[in-house]
Order: sequence, then structure tokens, then C-alpha cells
Amino acid sequence: MGGFFQFAKSSIGSKVLMALSGAVLLLWITGHMLGNLQIYAGQDALNSYAEKLRSVAVFLYVVRVVMLVIVLTHIVTSVMLWVENRRARSSRYAYNNTVQATVGSRTMIWSGLLVFVFVLYHLFHLTWGTIHPEYAHLMQKMPGGGERPDVYSMVVLGYQNGLISGSYIIAMLCLWFHLSHGFSSLFQTLGLTSVKYRPLIERAGPIFATIIVAANISIPLTVLLGLVKPAVGGLP
Amino acid sequence: MNLTLHVWRQKNPQAKGQMVTYPARDISPNMSFLEMLDIVNEELVLKGEEPIAFDHDCREGICGMCSLVINGIAHGHERGTTVCQLHMRHFKDGQEITIEPWRAKPFPVLRDLIVDRSALDRIMMAGGFISVNAGGAPDANALPVPKEHAELAMDAAACIGCGACVASCKNASAMLFMSAKIAQFAHLPQGQPERMDRVRKMVAAMDAEGFGNCTNQYECEAVCPKEISVRFIAEMNRDYWRAWL
Repeated sequence: MGGFFQFAKSSIGSKVLMALSGAVLLLWITGHMLGNLQIYAGQDALNSYAEKLRSVAVFLYVVRVVMLVIVLTHIVTSVMLWVENRRARSSRYAYNNTVQATVGSRTMIWSGLLVFVFVLYHLFHLTWGTIHPEYAHLMQKMPGGGERPDVYSMVVLGYQNGLISGSYIIAMLCLWFHLSHGFSSLFQTLGLTSVKYRPLIERAGPIFATIIVAANISIPLTVLLGLVKPAVGGLP
Repeated sequence: MNLTLHVWRQKNPQAKGQMVTYPARDISPNMSFLEMLDIVNEELVLKGEEPIAFDHDCREGICGMCSLVINGIAHGHERGTTVCQLHMRHFKDGQEITIEPWRAKPFPVLRDLIVDRSALDRIMMAGGFISVNAGGAPDANALPVPKEHAELAMDAAACIGCGACVASCKNASAMLFMSAKIAQFAHLPQGQPERMDRVRKMVAAMDAEGFGNCTNQYECEAVCPKEISVRFIAEMNRDYWRAWL
């Protein structure tokens, strides 16, 4: 274990931990996006999916703890590295210039922290239901009696609020910048790249970011445009 | 050509430096950047002022001594060029040019544009070598080395240790330098016995010096006068985590 801490404290070691935790978060984001897209299959499909996720409760708690550890690893390593990087350039240049570093790569800490703030808001909103209680406790009446959480209506009614969909879209744009660099960067940090694959990997980041962000943003946009409508009788 | 220079002047490591503006008059476009500074310095000496101190040695682009950040780019805006090989024809008449030293905490300014780059030497001392038994030279081709491996090792060995990678890095990281010094051995059979030990020791030395950490922006690769590829950083990263397994 001492060896692990020594590794984690080193420059490349913390970078590797940041890349590995980032890789898990990329998988998470991909799965989350695929789940989100089920809104287009209608109220029943999305609510059944949400119900299925919640029905494996033990598993859900394991996932939550693991994700908490992953997110904390990602944030702690990145903030530590950022502080070290600032210290390493203690005297600044009078004339700043950049040859090829992308905007995304230069704003990782800020785009990342903004996304983190949004994730907290997102959890308070939908997971714990404390910020917008009016959207968080809707239930769908089932034909055979009983009811289940009406995720579909929570999403649609939530996004009809311009402030909620606006903040979501802004967070997604931050996520685009973060992913466009982070995805490609992870291969370089882990050393899983080569001269042959480098152009492909460098292009893959922005492409991956665009797919995720476009799919996610499509939901508030279609709700605002009235293409995705509230479920009939979805209101309590 | 007539130019306006904004130059970092700093008496000694403790002094607080500042940018000072000087005119550079009647400069030939065929002069190198350093020759232009020589002209400015001659004028300063005639006026009884202190000349601008800057590092230089071979002026052939191979020694790695010259180290100026010109308009925010280490070694100036020409790709694959040291300052001594940068010619004034790449500037416009009447242009304003900002000249600063390498800026990084492990590179303290000694005077004006001269910084102390001993930190790079200390990284080399930590593992940038191979241990061999002294004796007669081994037979040629006794140890076969595939051509591609020899070429790659040579690409890495082209590093002249100027430190432009550190100067240009947004995080003042020395990882391009380090990775080149590791790769020049990692691609050859002679480098294998100490390979894992080397990468651990050199990274530890680099961290101890207070360099920053690579964020994969590749500004280093863009300014490297020897155009060393960041592929070597990826290889170093890979060797590093493998060394801990």
C-alpha cells in the first residue's frame, strides 16, 4: 500500500489515476446518455428503465459508493496537479502565446469544476429531490393499481422551465470542452497511443464529446420545441 | 530594419526584474536573432549602459545554450529552430518584439535572459545513463539493433537539453526533455537492464525539482528545436506505471 501512495503522489502516478478515473467517468457518461435517450421511446419505456435501475437497490448503493470514490479521485488528483502546475510557473510571462494547445485543454479545471457543480445540482434535483420538490416526486399510476416514479414527467416538466434547461445546456457545453480534451488525453497519459493511432485518437475526443453532448442537449431542446410532450394524465 | 525590443532586465537572482524597451536600429535581415542582440549590446556599451545578458555558445543550433522566449514562444515562432538559427528576415520592419527568459520555478533567473538550468542536469544524474563495464570497445554488430529502433533512439537523442519544452509548457513541465532522455535508452538493448529503475528515479528527481505536470497540450513539441515527438512522453508514461506493477 505504501508503494501505491508513493505512485499516487508522483507526477505521472497522479496523472494515471486521473486518466483511469476519467475513463470510468467516460463509460458512465456514455451509459447515462443511452439511458437518457429512452425518453424518445415514451413515458412507459423510460419509467420501466428507471424502475429496473432502482430495483437492484443493493447494487445501486455499491455503484454509488464506487462512483463517489472515482469522482473524488478525479477531482483530488486534478486539483493537486493544477496547484503544482501553477507553482511551477511562479513567474508569469509578460507576453503570452499559444501555438497548438486547444481551448478545451487549457480550461480543463474550470470546465471540470463547472460540470461538478452541475452534477451536484442534478443530484439534489432528481436523486434527492430537494431543490425542485415539485418535479421530483411525480408518480405514474399503473393500470393494475400501484404506482411508480414518473421519471418521464419529471424530465419533461423540468425542461419546460427555461432556467433548468438553460443550465443543463450550459453544463453540457462545459462537458463538451472537458471531454474533447479528456478523451484523447487519457490515451496519451496511459501511454496507449502510437504514431500511427495519434491522429485518430486526437480526432476521437471532439467526436466523442459531440456525440454525447448533442444527444443530451437534444432532450431539453425537443422539450422546449414541444416535440416531446408531457404524458397525458402525467400531472398528479 | 528598425525594431522595438521589450527585454526582461534583472540584475541578479534576488532582484525584481522588469521589462525595458530598447530600439534596434539598422538591423540586417540576414542577421541571426543573437547577432541583432549583439548590435543592440554594442550600442548599450558605447552609451555606458549594462549590455543585455543572454546565453549562447555554438550559434549553430546544436548546443542548446540559447534560450529566449520571443513574443511568448520559446526560440521564436519558426518551427524546429533555435534562437541562434532564427534570422531577422522572419520579422517585419518596425515590429515590436518581447524577449523574456525561460520562466519556470526550477529555472531561476541568474541575470536578464540567463536562467540556471542545472535542474535538468540533476534529473540526468538520477538515471539518465547506462552502467557498463569499462574495457575495450565491443565488436561492431556484436549486439544487433533493428534499424527502426536505432532510428527512434536517435530521434530521442537529438534532444539538446535547451529546456524550451519547459519554457513553453503551460505547466512548466519537463516531461518532453525527460521522456527523450529515457527513450534514447529504452529503444536500445543497452538500456534494458536499468529501464524500469531509470524511469522511476528520473521521475522522482523531476518531481523533486518542482517542475509541473504534463496536461497533453503539446506546446513543447511545437517549440522543440529538434522537433522531438510527444510519443516519447506516452512511452515514458507507459514505462512508469509498468515499473510499479
